[in-house]
Amino acid sequence: MRTLAKPSALKGAINAAALTAALLVAPVASALDDSKVTIDNFAFTPNVITVKPGAVVTFENHDDIPHSIVDAAGKFHSKALDTNDTFQVTFDQPGEYNYYCGLHSHMRGKVIVAP
Amino acid sequence: MSRDEGRGVDRRQALECMIWAGTGVLWTVAGGVPKSALLGTAQAAESGFAFLQISDSHVGFDKPANPNALGTLNEAIDKIVALPAKPAFMIHTGDISHLSKPKQFDDADQTIGRAKLDVHYVPGEHDLIDEDNGKAYLERYGKNAKGAGWYSFDQQGVHFIGLVNVVNLKAGGMGNLGPEQLAWLADDLKDKSASTPIVVFAHIPLWTVAPEWGWGTDDSAQALALLKRFGSVTVLNGHIHQLMQKVEGQVSFYTARSTAFPQPKPGAAPSPGPMTVPAGELRKYLGVRSVVYHPTGEPLAVTDAALAG
Repeated sequence: MRTLAKPSALKGAINAAALTAALLVAPVASALDDSKVTIDNFAFTPNVITVKPGAVVTFENHDDIPHSIVDAAGKFHSKALDTNDTFQVTFDQPGEYNYYCGLHSHMRGKVIVAP
Repeated sequence: MSRDEGRGVDRRQALECMIWAGTGVLWTVAGGVPKSALLGTAQAAESGFAFLQISDSHVGFDKPANPNALGTLNEAIDKIVALPAKPAFMIHTGDISHLSKPKQFDDADQTIGRAKLDVHYVPGEHDLIDEDNGKAYLERYGKNAKGAGWYSFDQQGVHFIGLVNVVNLKAGGMGNLGPEQLAWLADDLKDKSASTPIVVFAHIPLWTVAPEWGWGTDDSAQALALLKRFGSVTVLNGHIHQLMQKVEGQVSFYTARSTAFPQPKPGAAPSPGPMTVPAGELRKYLGVRSVVYHPTGEPLAVTDAALAG
């Protein structure tokens, strides 16, 4: 699966460095189910998040150190996110997505996509 | 702790005796007898040599823990420039830049270049986060390297090995050398006699300092097994921005200070992120390392000097 980067028109608040990735082809209009995972103190919070298919999950780094989001199954990965950078993934397919930080691989989190 | 302690030499006292530049006195231990010498003359001693280690310069970092990481790197280089005798070379154990940006590498190169020393680099994870996952680093620093940037070289009978343990990290894991690099290492060492002094340097510690913070290397045991037959192995790392040392058999492990900002001791903070100390204290936590080799069969003499205090 290729990670597709595209700007998000609905996310005006996101800074210009924001990165958007879509899992499968999904309109960002499904943003009603929006969920956010923040990175503070080298941890993803919430650590496990459950969303509905089509949800957009935004990852935001609040640390002074860059982090990245890498799917353990290789379906998506972000660039290194500097402080306050964000990365978005649209989850269309139900399932469990285990991810980790590509720079600090002891940092792990999970997105559960269930109808 | 230090193997020096068993010989009636208190390493900390010796370190306190040492002043880094100008009138610098360097203590070494040879044959159980502590000897002091001017830093320059120690280096010039017959068949021996000195080299330096700097680490974790994080050029481009500008957060509260150090708003000017380039400035403190400059101060570290000032200390090196002021040394009365020129060391043989310098190693940099990674995180040269904070975000792998061309300007950050340029600024680092320009500043470190003032030392007018050959510099042997290994990458930290912060050096491989360009668009092409490390291409920028390899183009700049990896011309004679294999794989993700590993290599070896010899200096006056000492075999130096620069390893890369910051690529292909596994979910939930720590640092990683990988099978390709381990195979290269086995090949690199196979013709070396057991009496060859070995210096290994890599970014992340090659012993497990704090697994909960990822401060270790998952497959380091395989590398250490390959080094087991050697009588003298010195392992120099960075990454954790503080001094630590450990001796295990013939292997002495050391982590180095950063030139940018300190990180907390394991367990002393909620995360391993940058530690903000009072502005006047910062330079006590940053520093430069000198390593002196004498062909006496004794361990290499490692001396750490803070930027101040």
